[in-house]
Amino acid sequence: MDFVKNTLAVFPALLQAVPVVVQLALGAMAIALVLGLLVALARISSIKILRGIATVYLEVIRGTPLLVQLVYIFFVLPSIGVSIDPVPAGILGLGLNYAAYLSEVFRSAILSVEHGQTEAALSLGYTPSKTLWKVVIPQSFVVSMGPIGNYFIAMIKDTALTSVIAVTEILKTANILNSQTFQTTAIYTAAAILYLIISLPLSRVVVVLERKARASG
Amino acid sequence: MADETIIDVRDVHKTFVSDTRPTLWQRLTGKPHVQKRVEVLKGVDLVVHRGETIAILGSSGSGKSTLLRCVNKLETIDAGRIYVNGHLIGYEERDGELIAEKASVTAQKRTDIGFVFQHFNLFLNKTALGNVMAPLRDVKKLSAAEAREIAVPNLEMVGLGDKMDNYPSKLSGGQKQRVAIARALAMEPSVMLFDEPTSALDPELVGEVLAVIKKIAQQGTTMVIVTHEMQFARDIADRIVVMDQGVIVEEGPPSRIFTAPQHPKTRALLSRSGILPA
Repeated sequence: MDFVKNTLAVFPALLQAVPVVVQLALGAMAIALVLGLLVALARISSIKILRGIATVYLEVIRGTPLLVQLVYIFFVLPSIGVSIDPVPAGILGLGLNYAAYLSEVFRSAILSVEHGQTEAALSLGYTPSKTLWKVVIPQSFVVSMGPIGNYFIAMIKDTALTSVIAVTEILKTANILNSQTFQTTAIYTAAAILYLIISLPLSRVVVVLERKARASG
Repeated sequence: MADETIIDVRDVHKTFVSDTRPTLWQRLTGKPHVQKRVEVLKGVDLVVHRGETIAILGSSGSGKSTLLRCVNKLETIDAGRIYVNGHLIGYEERDGELIAEKASVTAQKRTDIGFVFQHFNLFLNKTALGNVMAPLRDVKKLSAAEAREIAVPNLEMVGLGDKMDNYPSKLSGGQKQRVAIARALAMEPSVMLFDEPTSALDPELVGEVLAVIKKIAQQGTTMVIVTHEMQFARDIADRIVVMDQGVIVEEGPPSRIFTAPQHPKTRALLSRSGILPA
């Protein structure tokens, strides 16, 4: 029973790291949503240069590990005079990374909106750009909700990677505790359970969102 | 004013070119890739006057839907000219030369042309009322209150006053098409174009949609209907236009077309529909 007691005893200390995780996840998600939509629009744009830039961005981000991207932002950028504090660096790294993945979600969602919707809008006098923003994109959001939710949960778990760039999130806090008390099993078990407590309810929310998206289609 | 021209189609040609990329098989075998070109409109002239109801009849592939879609530039014509209310569609004319117009100008011209699709194309994320209000707000820039003031009577006119808050997924095909008609009418266009408005409906739902279209025709709305409903066309049209293989083969009042058709293609069409003895 010592194990259970010790594990429970670690929670208050770990909980202090939760606000940082929330900050990382929400900040990064905001960047990922906006940038992801822009990248998606660039990828389906008729302007060749935009398509090119977006494709290079996508391939670079998807072709390198998130851990390397975070390290690059935090340790390499200062050498060209750009130093960013740990938490903003973490938000930026996660945001840039997830923007690439969300852009693919948005792109396929936009392309999945029936052509009839576009024709209806055009026939009513919507300009092409108004058709995109008022008719196509709102409908693509409904389709994207489930995948966005899943990426959000994945991102919360990926905040653990920011421990290597000195962000005192849950894992880093656990590392610090471990170096002080050496209660390795209790500490990392508690950390794992804490991630579960955060992600499980969110998974349920995603299921509901997906059901709603299906119902409205 | 009875002869005021609303639509003027002059010598319109349209060719569809099939997928221009060679298939994998053609690339592997080195077989020459032959672009498939289908000329769907081969010089069509048509004038529609204010207040007229025109029904375009013809077998599948005769070009009747394409002609309708060209009028509001859902398809781009290759040659000829189309005027709606005096405005050249798709182009600006400067010193006798045609210059492709900006998309925003095309959009402006389209607000004057109501279009009803075979597959309704209601905005799926909006209620019936939301569908009718959307273009009033987004295109005509009306306030929510003003848009509602126009949308509600239009929905009531098509008999859907009690379904205004339903999403398309909760409407029958006939109800969806009636919302689509209300949505187009609410923009107060000079002309309404119907592209096979009942072809996607279950037989028992066709009547309610035809009744609404008839009601609109009786209000004096200028309209062009592409349809396979022969009896309906005979019933409401002032003039019947028969198309075959990209050209108009015959036109005239229903009383003459249905009893004494001149062209063999018209006779064939009418006998296939059981109106004339084979």
